[in-house]
This record gives sequence, structure tokens and C-alpha cells, in this order.
Amino acid sequence: MSTTIDQDQLRQRVTDFLTEHDPSTLSTDEERLEWLRARYDAGLAWVNFPEGRGGLGLPREWHLEVEKAFAAAGAPSNNPRKNGIGLGMAAPTILGFGTPEQLDRFLKPLWVGEEIWCQLFSEPGAGSDLAAAATRAVKDGDEWVINGQKVWTSGAHNADWAILVARTDPDVPKHRGLSYFLCNMRDPGVDVRPLRQITGEAEFNEVFLTDVRIPDAHRLGEVGEGWKVATFTLNNERVAIGGGATPREGGMIGKVAQTWREQPERRTPDLHDRLMRLWVDSEVMRVTGQRLRQKLAAGEPGPEGSAMKLTYARVNQQLSGLDLEIQAEDGLRYGDWTMVRPEKTDMLGRDAGFRYFRAKGNSIEGGTSEILRNVVSERILGLPGEHRVDKDVPFKEIPR
Amino acid sequence: MNQPQSPKQPANLDLLYTELEDDLRSSVSALLADKCDPHRVKALYDGDGALGEELWPALAGELGLAGLLVPEDLGGAGATTREAAVVLEEIGRYTAPVPFLTSAVVATTVLLDEHATEAARALVGELAAGEKTAALLVPFSFGPDTDLARAAVSGGTQVRSVAGALEADVLLVPVAVDGGLEIRAVAASSATVDPVVSLDMSRPLADVTLAEVTGDVVVPAGSGNQAVRRALLTGAALLASEQLGVAQWCLTTTLAYLKERRQFGRVLGGFQALKHRLADMFAAVESAGASARYAAAALAAGEDEEIATRVAASFCSETALDAAEDAIQLHGGIGMTWEHSAHHYLKRAKSSHIALGTPGAHRAALADLVELPAS
Ligand SMILES: Cc1cc2nc3c(=O)[nH]c(=O)nc-3n(C[C@H](O)[C@H](O)[C@H](O)COP(=O)(O)OP(=O)(O)OC[C@H]3O[C@@H](n4cnc5c(N)ncnc54)[C@H](O)[C@@H]3O)c2cc1C
Repeated sequence: MSTTIDQDQLRQRVTDFLTEHDPSTLSTDEERLEWLRARYDAGLAWVNFPEGRGGLGLPREWHLEVEKAFAAAGAPSNNPRKNGIGLGMAAPTILGFGTPEQLDRFLKPLWVGEEIWCQLFSEPGAGSDLAAAATRAVKDGDEWVINGQKVWTSGAHNADWAILVARTDPDVPKHRGLSYFLCNMRDPGVDVRPLRQITGEAEFNEVFLTDVRIPDAHRLGEVGEGWKVATFTLNNERVAIGGGATPREGGMIGKVAQTWREQPERRTPDLHDRLMRLWVDSEVMRVTGQRLRQKLAAGEPGPEGSAMKLTYARVNQQLSGLDLEIQAEDGLRYGDWTMVRPEKTDMLGRDAGFRYFRAKGNSIEGGTSEILRNVVSERILGLPGEHRVDKDVPFKEIPR
Repeated sequence: MNQPQSPKQPANLDLLYTELEDDLRSSVSALLADKCDPHRVKALYDGDGALGEELWPALAGELGLAGLLVPEDLGGAGATTREAAVVLEEIGRYTAPVPFLTSAVVATTVLLDEHATEAARALVGELAAGEKTAALLVPFSFGPDTDLARAAVSGGTQVRSVAGALEADVLLVPVAVDGGLEIRAVAASSATVDPVVSLDMSRPLADVTLAEVTGDVVVPAGSGNQAVRRALLTGAALLASEQLGVAQWCLTTTLAYLKERRQFGRVLGGFQALKHRLADMFAAVESAGASARYAAAALAAGEDEEIATRVAASFCSETALDAAEDAIQLHGGIGMTWEHSAHHYLKRAKSSHIALGTPGAHRAALADLVELPAS
């Protein structure tokens, strides 16, 4: 990646853009969308992306300041919470493996938030073992016909598009018979049904795919290369989940610190000791993420993000549990168990009880903590792989 | 983004190593690999201190590390805490018995206080040239939050468990005067320095008694408390990098062993219970790396020093200790032997866990800094 302009020049571009496109003049949604499109065209959407693709080919780390400057200027938001999967996972994967036509077609509407994405990876029989995905894709002329069932699909009810892993060849071992597709969620064969979860709401869904037709032009990567593309997505996911840029006392620690400051009568030495340990852990996580992003400035995330995601899940779970304890009699109450299908994922939203239950998913979604420890120990530390009985067997012969 | 913003949002400091820092690391590491043989570290516990006497002149003289933090106009290298931290990572990795932390960091920081006297400037030049070595005369357990009234030395009192005193030519002695502490430079030859059988003999301690306190004032009354506190804070911030080096050695060595050792007909590192422990150790060591680096960079930039130090001191102390304890456990019986080096690291980790303020003391200070009071 060539660094074409320096950080001062980048700041200047942001300032110039804000002068030419004054956010305070926008009133309608359409105007805000136009504004976002202009920001994309100016290369200020994600500055680490290439020129012409919403970026300027600059270090990833520089983007933070750009984002802050736009937020400070009251710029319209592309609703990142609503399109986390699109921005954090689909976009880098499309950039990494897409044809020029696919990049033209998908990146801009994704970034501006016109098209929301979800992730059709997990299945009832393929969770940790994603390579065991059984959803079939059969070639029919210029199209693929998809049949199968996906599960735990977050935000499928809001999504326009999905990244999909499906089996194109059951006669070869499982890792080799997968392909990766961009699936239109508005296709009549896509049936999305809510799955209520521990919090009471249904953030995720079951998705039934019946004779869904996907043009071959919407295949990402080669036929049979789906595992490679999916791994790329997962590495991005783990960085997106665990390595996101948060300010000091951002995220879960901010919530608990607020509780602590507001409720002096509930302080005890035990709670204080745990709070301060977790404050330290959160701050260390912040600088570890910062360093990871500096390391990745020019490259793509590898397995390193897995270590961060491990810490993130543990710290979030401990903090949200601590929050309930500090709140004592209020910690015994819960905001609302009513079943809803939320507009966006918000780990920090609602009350402490919600956060406690939602955080339980942090060590499951995007690869469980056990799987991530396998990834770290095998891919980073070079320890032997797990014993695998199914590795060299044609997929169709694996007992399921 | 609708978080309640904590008042102090830190700057975005560079947490990677520069090429110069990498070069510095290579030269330190090459020297230690050559001279700091684990068997000679072991000999320190059996009363043979020869290794330290050879190493320090080489590091201080040949590599000129004694004057790393000293400005060029005073005869030093004019480097920053970032470079000193790199040196300490290597010292930790070898459990090298050298007074770099005590003399080139802590004592030097005292002497570089902005109100330090001419005598201090002359002395710091001698330290930078490797001609002399100094130590601040306080117990090694004292941290930046210790009540400094306890640091005052007077004739006839003994100061216990002082690090770097055995190697020192000059002792920096805090003396109580009206306005708090002043610091005097006292020739070590005029003191009684009794070696202590130390938990960590790669950083041997001494009990020091001065019959009377005579010597040049290096930091005058009114500035002494601040100078001592600053030195202990810098020491704690950079000790974190030494602890990182200790933790990295423990991870690397344990990993190598478990890749090789076979039981039940297979390599032990293939058992998931052990893989997962090593994955957790890796995550902790990586985090310690970021946090130690952040503290070193914060001090170099003069930004966010207090919080960065407390976070690194608390986190890296515990990570190094956990890693050393795990290293012993995961080596099995051989980890308990005198022959294997793992115990050198546990001894270093446990003693530095107590040194320059315990993790708990750092967290207590942090609680005030970030306005999360205990009660
Ligand atoms: C809140 C939430 C949102 C999600 N959103 C999405 C989404 O949008 N899209 C999507 O595709 N998926 C999504 N998922 C699914 C998620 O990726 C899977 O749940 C996860 O990969 C685990 O798969 P599983 O549920 O089948 O559990 P299993 O794989 O059946 O695991 C059960 C237990 O066994 C452990 N285990 C499994 N294999 C091993 C092993 N080799 N060694 C040691 N332990 C092992 C696991 O760690 C776990 O503890 C979401 C999950 C959650 C909780």
C-alpha cells in the first residue's frame, strides 16, 4: 500500500470536504445519503481502502481520527451498529476477493448503509466446525441453486444481502468442497424466522434457503475456495469484535465505572478490587488493540485478532456480572423481557441485566473461546492440530 | 460514542519498535547471549557473583547503556524511556544481574531532576561514562506511592533490602530537612553495605547503614520528594518492560519444551488442555507487551505518564508472575530442579512483583487518578 499523502494532508482533506459539504445544511434522509455518497467518492469513507473504493490507500490507524473529525462536525452517520457485519466482514472480504464488477456493485451501497448485510455461515450441524456446512449450491446454467438451513443469523431480518458459505462439491473432503456467495436476502426462496434468545429479544434468526438462485457473477472467489474466503472473513470478524477502537473507559468498563461513580453507598473493598483489576484489563485491551491496528496498518488481519477477542469476551463477561453485583437490589431487576426484533446490535444498550446476558454470546459468536484458543495455539504458537477424523474423507461419507 | 467521556483521553502513541530500537535490542541481546550464561546466573545463588562484575562494565562501557537516559550535553546518549525499555526487555529475558534499572534509570532520574545541583550534573556525567554506578537508598519495595517520610535516612539507621547498593559507588540518600527531603550523594565506601540473601540473587539486595550522612547535596530540599517520587515512578514504568522480557522467556521456553516432550505416545503440546493454557499465556504476554510499550512511550512523550505507569506496573507484574508460575508447572518435575533455568525467572518475577510498588498499590493509586474511589 503506497502512502500517498501524509496525516496533515489527510486532516486538510477532511476539513476541505466539510467546508464543501456542510453537514448542517442537510435535512432529509435522501440528502444525508447523498452526503455519505460524496464522502465515499472523496475517499474518506474508510481511508485504508484503495482509491476509487471509498479510501485513499492509507494506514488503517489513520481512519480513527477521520471518523472523530466527522463525528465532531455532526456529520450524518452510516449507522455502523446496524451494519456491523457489512462493514466489518463483508466489505473487507469483497475487497479481498471481489471482481471489479463486484466491487463497483456492492461496496458503496454497503458503506453508505443503503444495503445492510448479514452472515449466513453457521448451520445446525456446522457451528465451530464451519467447514461441515451442508447447505448445497448446485450449478444450473449461469446460476447456482441453493438449498439448506442456516442458524444464529444476526440481523437477518434487517438484511438486504448476505455472505453465504455453501457446499458446491460433496465428493471431496469438507474444506475443499465449499464456495462463497453473495446472496440477495430479498430472493423469494429466503425465509427468515426469528429465534428468541437469552435476553428475551430475537437478534438472531433461522434462515431457510429453498431454491434460492444466485447468479454465478455473485460468487466470491473460485469454486471450491470458500473455506479460504471464509477464514479471511472470520479473521476480520475477530478483529472487528475484539480489536475495535474504543476510547479509554469506552465499552463495558464505561458502564460499570458510571455505576460506581453514581452509587457511592454500594461500594465495598471486594467490589473495588475487582473493578480496578478490570479497569486495568480494559485499558490494557485498549492499548493492545491500538498496537494491533498499528501493526496491521498496511496488512490484513491474521490470527492475532483471536487473542484479543478472547480477552474481550472474558473482560466483558466479568464486567457485566460485576455491574449487577454493584447494583445490588437494582441488579435483581430486569428491564424488559418482551420479544422484539432489534434494529441493530448493541452490546452496551439497555440495562445492566441485558448487558450481562448479551455478553454471554461474546465467547460464542465469531468463534467460541475454545476454538480461538485452538487457533492461537496452532496458527500462532505452532502447536499440533487437534486430532481430526474427518479431514481427508469425502464430505458425503462423514457421519452426521 | 455516547459513552461518558473520562476526562483524560490519551494520545495515540506509537507502540511499535523503531529500526533504531531493533538495532539496540540486537546489540544488547548479542552481548547477553554471549556473556550471560544461565549456569553463571545459577552460580549467583551459590555465592559466585563474578557474572555481574563482568557484565555491567560491558553493557555500561562497551555499549554505553549507562548514559542512555542522560542528555547529550551531560555526556549521555540523549535517548528516552522507549530505548531504556528495550534494554530492560532483554535484561529480563536473560535475568541479567546488572544495575541498569537501579543506576541508569532510578538513580539517574533523581540526578536529572530539574532542580538538581551542579554536583548532580557532574555525577550524572560520571554515571553516563560508566565510571561510576549509583543507587537510590530506599528499600526496593518502595513505590511512587509509598509515604516518603519513611524514606528519610539519618545517621545510624539501617535501610533494608536496597537494590543496586552492592554495585554502587555512590548512594543517593534522602535526608529529612524542613521542607521535606533533600538528596545527598554519599560515597558507598563510607557506608556499611551488608549483602542480603535475596529471593532473587540476580538482583541481589543489601542492608545499608550510614554512620552519618555527609556528601554533596544533589537535589535540594523542596525538590527531593518530587525527585524521589519521579524516580520511583519511572522505575515502575520501566520495570514493566523487564517483566515483559521475563514473561516472554517463560512463554517461549515452555512452548519449545511442550513441542518436544512426549508422553502417552504424543507430543504434550498437542493436548488441548495445554494448548489452551499456552493460548491464554500468549494473549496475556501480548497484552503486557502493548501495555509496557505504552508506558515507555508515555514517559518518553511526557503524556499520560501516571495512568500508563500504574496500568503497566500492575498488569505486567502479574503477567510475568503468572507466566513464571505456569512455566514451572508445565515443565513438570524438571521445572522444580535447580538445573533448569525456570526458577531464575520465577525468582525474578516474584521479587519484581513486590518491587517499586505492588500491583495492588498501583491499582489503589490508579483508582484516585481515574476517579473511582474505594469508598
Ligand atoms: C449472539 C450470537 C450471534 C451469532 N451470529 C451469527 C451470525 O450472524 N452468523 C453466523 O453464521 N453465525 C452466528 N452465530 C453462530 C456462532 O458462530 C456459533 O454459535 C459458534 O460458531 C459455535 O457453534 P455452535 O453454536 O454450533 O456450537 P458447537 O460448535 O456445537 O460448540 C459447543 C461447545 O463445544 C465447544 N467446542 C466445539 N468444538 C471444539 C473443539 N474442537 N475443541 C474444544 N471445544 C470445542 C465450543 O467451544 C462450545 O463450547 C452467532 C452466535 C451467537 C451466540
